[in-house]
This record gives sequence, structure tokens and C-alpha cells, in this order.
Amino acid sequence: MSREKKVKKPKGRLGKLERREARAGYLFILPWLIGVLLFMLYPLGQSFYYMWFNIRITPLGTKFTYVGTGNFTQIWMENPEFPQQIVTYLWQTIVEVPIIVVFALMIAMMLNGKIKCKGFFRLIFFLPVIIVSGPVMNMLVGEGAATIPAMNVQSIVAALENFLPASLAESIGEIFSNMIMILWYSGVQILIFLSALQKIDSTLYEAAKIDGGSAWECFWKITLPTIKPMILLNAVYSVIFLSGNEQNSLINMIESAMFSGTKEKGYGYASAMAWMYSLVVTLIVLLFFLLLGSKKDIYDRQVKRRKREMKKEVRTVKRIERRGKRNARKIERARKKRNYRTYDGSGDY
Amino acid sequence: MKGQGKNVTTAPTTAAETIKCLFTKEKLHRFVFGSKEKEGAGKQIVVYGLLICIGFVYLYPILYMFSCSFMNRDDLLDSSVKWIPSTLYLQNYIDAAKSMSFWSSLLKGILIAGLPTLCNVLICMLVGYGFARFEFKGKKLLMGLLIFSYILPSQVTMIPTYVLYNDTGILGTIWAFVLPALFGNGLNAPIFILIFYQFFKQVPKVLIEAAQIDGAGYLKSFIKIAVPSAAPAILTVVLFSFVWYWNESYLTELYVQGLSTKSIWVNLVVQLKNFDASFNTLATTGDTATSLNECVRMAATALSILPLLIMYFFLQKHFVESIDRTGITGE
Repeated sequence: MSREKKVKKPKGRLGKLERREARAGYLFILPWLIGVLLFMLYPLGQSFYYMWFNIRITPLGTKFTYVGTGNFTQIWMENPEFPQQIVTYLWQTIVEVPIIVVFALMIAMMLNGKIKCKGFFRLIFFLPVIIVSGPVMNMLVGEGAATIPAMNVQSIVAALENFLPASLAESIGEIFSNMIMILWYSGVQILIFLSALQKIDSTLYEAAKIDGGSAWECFWKITLPTIKPMILLNAVYSVIFLSGNEQNSLINMIESAMFSGTKEKGYGYASAMAWMYSLVVTLIVLLFFLLLGSKKDIYDRQVKRRKREMKKEVRTVKRIERRGKRNARKIERARKKRNYRTYDGSGDY
Repeated sequence: MKGQGKNVTTAPTTAAETIKCLFTKEKLHRFVFGSKEKEGAGKQIVVYGLLICIGFVYLYPILYMFSCSFMNRDDLLDSSVKWIPSTLYLQNYIDAAKSMSFWSSLLKGILIAGLPTLCNVLICMLVGYGFARFEFKGKKLLMGLLIFSYILPSQVTMIPTYVLYNDTGILGTIWAFVLPALFGNGLNAPIFILIFYQFFKQVPKVLIEAAQIDGAGYLKSFIKIAVPSAAPAILTVVLFSFVWYWNESYLTELYVQGLSTKSIWVNLVVQLKNFDASFNTLATTGDTATSLNECVRMAATALSILPLLIMYFFLQKHFVESIDRTGITGE
């Protein structure tokens, strides 16, 4: 990309062809642009507007009453369920996402090796992607099919409660009791890791082996740094998936608030809830971005620093040159003047 | 590990035994841990063991579901029957299918998932091509917007969208899914746009420029060159879009069904969500042979995932290889 940019004319007006290309580009993405305006930005603004109002649907039409931050105080002060659920959701996601990602990486590493029946195992591990939908999951969880029967969840929770805060222990307990479901969420992630692993240059491993690197070292020094962007991708995907999943009781709460007939609830109240919810989701995504964001590795950083220093040097040299020229001009002028003056002053030709 | 330690501690008495012991030790070690050329059997056993165990855990809910769905009430209460039902009892399926009105829901489900998928593929391809092929001002910003629209939970925009659909009268019809898809805002559309974007970036620019030199316009070069080369990406997007639309119960219930019982647009997954209620109303009219129990529920669950399962077994190769070929991991 950067090289292409350098080839192009750096600045100034675009050429005729370029302008035509740009127009074609806009035309190609036009449907999406309209869609974003119509189905995303407009509703986004609208719901931002809604959340300051109490909206009631009367036979005469919708009635808006401005309540300011009333919806928020309503949610936080009088409805203890929502804040509680948000905290649980936060903990659960933060614990679950690493489990999903690590598990997916493990399976992908195993499937990437030389094994027989690779296709069969892939078939199994990808199967859940087809099945995971809210109602199916609810049914399976409801009938207790999601728990490994040998796992004694109660005792795990009891043991955890000794040294962890209660809400965290509870969410971890819930994670254990739905272990299979969590593992089920990692189908797409396994695929993404798998194709990333297959793209790593095998000569890297050979070189490392010749230098005496063990498989363990190869994993930490070659595999992990190469697939780091994929880890971030998978983490974000998992967060988004968990946030829109119907197993998540928050989104059902928002929906029921939306259609609840009580006086204080309704569209405005639900909008306020939805905004807070999406804020939490965004925060979690941001957290993973910060944790896994693509920091350049040490070599790249050194190169960059060196380049920066060189640029600075060049700038300094140029500045000095410019100053020198300016000074030279000044001196020249002064000399001329002086010459002139002396020329003039002395009066003798 | 243990075998190795044993060999070291038992001191051999004769020279012949020493050689033998050394020989076996080395061989054992090589056999278990492998050498540079060959992977060891120990590692293989561990890998296969783990894969099979986790595979079983993966399949456990599905196996449980199928085995339970064939049980009649006696089997359910009989503690000696755990996995294999005593008789092949199909009444659960018949009742569940009746309660879910299986065939009409299936057809509508295919429509609800299929039509938006079609729009999704077409529009996402256009948009992905536009992003990949052309340079224009504000491209970075728009890409950012694309990613933002993916991260944003649909719950934020849900309420005004519902109101919008209600006002325009498309609530409770399939248009509520088709229309956003037609404007590139279908379910998970950002992912599909990114897949096409990645894919079209890999198509050599020279190819398209050559076509343009030969006199093809932008649209023509897109249709004649870019689209045919994008077959793997199209397949991926079709499969995933279909599956995701099929499995989306929350938004289907809200927009397409419109939360009204009168609406004709219901798919199997939404039927499953409201299964208990619909089964109970059916039971009160005396149309069913069994009362609501977990076996009937499991039968209903099996019915609702059966179409996709069948599709998966036919197309599984494409599913599994799809992500490889689209190069979603290119960046």
C-alpha cells in the first residue's frame, strides 16, 4: 500500500482518470452507504434521542415526554436486575473469550499436525456452527445436555467462593456448568486459526529446528507472533457473537422492556438500556484491542526509530543549510551595502 | 516417562543385558517421543486421545438429543434405559412436527434465509469490489465505519428500526430482512464485505486493467472478470449467510414475524422458541398423543436443526475449506 502511494502523484489535484475511478468507487459502494445511513446511523441517532424521553403509545399516537436522565436513574435505582446482569455479563465475557480463543487455538494446532482422519475431525469441530441458535441452545441447556455429567459444578463454585468475589465465582460456576456450550462457540475461530496456521512458512520451522529450537520454543517464537492478529480477530468475533447471542439474558431484557406496557418502561427506557449495554460491549472490545493490539515487534520498532532519527537528522541538516544560505545572503547584502556605502560614502570612484 | 526412569534405576548385571537395556531404552524413547524425522507414538496417542475426547464432548449434546427424542415415556422414566431407547418411538417427532407446522415453517424458513442471502451476496460483492479496486477520498473513514457497524450491537438500533419498519409497513413481512440486505446492511454484512474485499484485493489489478484497455467499462469488467474469479468467496458467503439467517431467532421474531401470532412469516427456529406454548395449545385440543415432556422437546429441537444438518453433510467440504480459500486471514 505504502509503495503504491509513493508511486502516485503525492499532492495536488487528481488527474482525470483518477477522478473517474473515484467516482466509480463511490458508485460501487453507494448501496451500502445508503444502507448505513438508513439502517444504522439514522436509527442510532434516533435511539440516542429516544433515551431522554418517556415514550408511550396511545391510541392517538406516540406521546413523548422529556425526562432527561430519568430513564437512567430509573434503571440504576429502581431496577436492581439490570446493573447486576451487566456486571455478570462483563465478567462472563472477559472470562469466556480467552477460554474460547485458547481452546480454538489448541484444537487448530492439533488438527494442523499430521493426523489421520483430518476431514472427519474437522467435520465434528465445525458442526456446532450450523447448530448454534438461541432456541436450540436454550433447549439443550434446559434439558441439561450442556453439562458434562461427571463435573460437579456446585463444589467448584463453593471452592472458588473462598478466595474470589461472589459475583465472579458465580459467573465462573456458570461457565463450568455450560462448558460444552462455550466450547461450541469456537467453531469459526478454529477455522480461522487453522487457515492462519497453514499459511505460516514451513521454512521458518525448519530453520529454527536446525538452530536447535524445540517445538515449545517454536510455538512461542514463531507460531504465536505470526498468528497474533488472528487472535485479536477471534477475540473480537467471540465478543460480538456472545453479545448478540440469545443465551445472553440482557438482550431479552431489553426486548421485554421495549414492549412492556408499564408506565415508566417503553421505547425510551429500552433505548437507554441498549445504549448502556452497547457501551459495555464496546468497552470489552476496546479492552481486547488494547491487550492484543498489533504492537510492532522489536525489530520493526527499531527500524522505525532509526528512520525517524535519520529524518530528523536530514531535517536538521537542511535547516542548518537554509540558515547558512540565509546568513550568507544577509552577509552578502550587508557587504554590498557596506560596499555601496563605502563606495558612496567615500565618494571616490 | 515412567518406563524410562525404571530402566535407569534397575542396574543391569551383565554386559549383554546392558546393551539390550540401552537398546530398548533408546528405542523406547524414540518410539514414544519420536525423532527428528518421525513423530513419536506417545505424542500421537496424546493428540488422538485429546481429539477423540473433545470430539465426544462436542457431540454429546447432539447424541443426547437424538437418543432422547426417540424415547417414549416409559423409557424416560426407566432408569435402566440411558442411551438406547427400547423401541423406535416416532410419535414424538409426529407430534412435534404437527405443533411446529413443520413443512410450512420449513419452506418459509428457506425463504427467510434464502432471499436475504441472495441480496447479501450481490450487494456485498459490489461493495467489497468497490473498496478493493478503487481509490477515493475518505476510504479509510468508510472502512472504519464498516467495522464500527459490525461491532455495534444490533440492540441499539433495534428500537428505531422497529418503529421505522412499523411506519413503512414492512414489519411482519419478509421485506424487513430483504430490504436491509439489499442495501448492504443485512445480518453480518460487514464480515461478508470484508471477505470480498480481501478476495478482490488478491485478484491482480493488471487483469482488470487489461480488460479496460480492451474497452470494458467498470461494470463490465466487474461482471466479466471479478465475479467469475470470486467463486470460492461467493460460496463461503452463501453458506455462512444462509446459516446465520437461519439461526437468527431474535431478529426474525422481532422484524419478520413482527411478534404477532397472525404473521405468516415464521421459521423453524422461532417455532422452537415458542414451542412450549404452541404445544400446550395443541394438547388442549387433544390432537397429540403425548403430553409435553423433554423427549418431545428434543424431537422438536432435532427437527429444527435437521435441514441444516443435512445440508452440512452434503456441503461440509465446502464449509470447512471455505475460509481457507477466501483468504480472510490475509491481513
